[in-house]
Amino acid sequence: MFLKEYLSDIYHATKSLLTGMKRTGYYFVHPKEIITEQYPDNRETLKMADRFRGEVIMPHDANNEHACTGCTACELACPNATIKIITKFDVTPEGKKKKALDTFVYHLELCTMCNLCVEACPTDAIKMGQNFEHSVYDRSMLLKKLNKPGSKIREGVE
Amino acid sequence: MYSQTEILKEPEINSSNSAEGELVINIGPQHPATHGVLHLVVTLNGETVKKVEPHLGYIHRSIEKMCESLSYRQFIYVTSRMDYLSAHVNNHACAMTVEKAMQIEVPTRAQYIRVIMDELTRIASHELWWGALAMDLGAFTPFFYAFRERETINDIMEQTCGARLTMNYMVPGGVMADIHPSFQQKVKDFIKLFKSNIDEYDELVTGSVIFQSRMKGVGCLSKEDAISYGCTGPVARGSGVHCDIRKIYPYEIYKQVEFNEIIETAGDSFSRYLVRIKEMKESIKIIEQLIDNIPEGDYQAKTKAVLKLPKGEFYTRVETARGELGVYIVSEGGTTPYRIKFRSPGFSNLSALDHMVRGSKIGDLMATMGTLDLVIPDIDR
Ligand code: SF4
Ligand code: SF4
Repeated sequence: MFLKEYLSDIYHATKSLLTGMKRTGYYFVHPKEIITEQYPDNRETLKMADRFRGEVIMPHDANNEHACTGCTACELACPNATIKIITKFDVTPEGKKKKALDTFVYHLELCTMCNLCVEACPTDAIKMGQNFEHSVYDRSMLLKKLNKPGSKIREGVE
Repeated sequence: MYSQTEILKEPEINSSNSAEGELVINIGPQHPATHGVLHLVVTLNGETVKKVEPHLGYIHRSIEKMCESLSYRQFIYVTSRMDYLSAHVNNHACAMTVEKAMQIEVPTRAQYIRVIMDELTRIASHELWWGALAMDLGAFTPFFYAFRERETINDIMEQTCGARLTMNYMVPGGVMADIHPSFQQKVKDFIKLFKSNIDEYDELVTGSVIFQSRMKGVGCLSKEDAISYGCTGPVARGSGVHCDIRKIYPYEIYKQVEFNEIIETAGDSFSRYLVRIKEMKESIKIIEQLIDNIPEGDYQAKTKAVLKLPKGEFYTRVETARGELGVYIVSEGGTTPYRIKFRSPGFSNLSALDHMVRGSKIGDLMATMGTLDLVIPDIDR
């Protein structure tokens, strides 16, 4: 009786192990079904999803114009004080003073990619970019100015 | 008053009352088997565990205190960093608390999306747990099998929410953006893939005789103890406690979907294992019911730019992959909470560990800890 149990234990143990090994063996001879991506080698073909949140960017059009009015809504929405808006006063042709964006300071090292600033912006001036390769040798290189030098606000954006 | 030398002196852990031949060793805070910065002070007699004392605080970021200075829109993103494997569900709980307090009606479309996301998160979380548990027991291969399916979910998340782990997709009033046009198709592809692959899990691990002998009869927790330690989630359900928040306090559209609450009564590590494996299949069932019926409409209710909660106390609970998460907000009527408290499932589940492993071997300590599915940032916050 004992011997029978003992042998059946061995049988079941071997069977369960072989079932597992069969699974592993299957993938060994079917390398096509392996889905691992070789990251740094596939950089040319790697495409992130459109909505992937890698960093905050400010799109500029061909005339070097952006849509930011300097309203600081994004600065207020940000939970980590990542954004600092520095404004200046432009003089309009009619001779009136008008608030405008001077510098959009963006601390990439503080940003958590939460998307709240993009949600808050009334003029869709900023959006999330797909670049995720942010490592640099010095932390100060992560401090960015998002508006390009010499850029100004697009005509008609209020 | 203590003198400085007295404060600097290491606390004498057990040295006074430890019996002859007992040994106190520290597992962690940096130890691969604790899956995070958990520090266990284990008293051993030979290989037998006499006592386990978890020491916490190594990853305490004072999230509750931080939330007090953030607005009701901002504080949600921090909660993704508590139980990072159930980020959606954490965000969901916070958003629901704010909605409850402000009596915001969430559009049905948003509710459907939220529940689908929650269930996808639950599957992803259980997948990772499954791989990590097998790794704790010395099997490395299953980890990659689990990550194959989990990767598909992460891709879906990335496409719709913009991030893979810390999504911050739920906002008060609904969800942040509408689902990606290919979302439904991708989820259906995932369901197909998952169904054809879940059997591999049983072949590789569940049926394995080595695995079963490491799991069965190990780390037993009786129903009474599970209740008295405040365990929730699969840990309590593995001991036969009826505690699924989705069933007992249904929120959003969980009332309308059909699914079973998985309960196993053995109370050992293997039954906790079975609960999670079966829960994944139930989650698939929920997603199947919803994915084709997402109603048209808004994905977000109209809310004011600045949210102000009325004066009072608000509490919501949800079922994360680890158990019951409670969000408790005390509001003074301002734009920031006066006090926030999170009731995290991991903390209570961890507290039962000492009781479960006393008298067993040190190898079983790791196996039992694996079946508790601990996420340390969730315990420490
Ligand atoms: S993504 Fe979030 S953290 Fe980053 S700048 Fe915008 S609001 Fe701030
Ligand atoms: S980016 Fe948008 S929200 Fe921020 S200052 Fe400019 S216009 Fe205002």
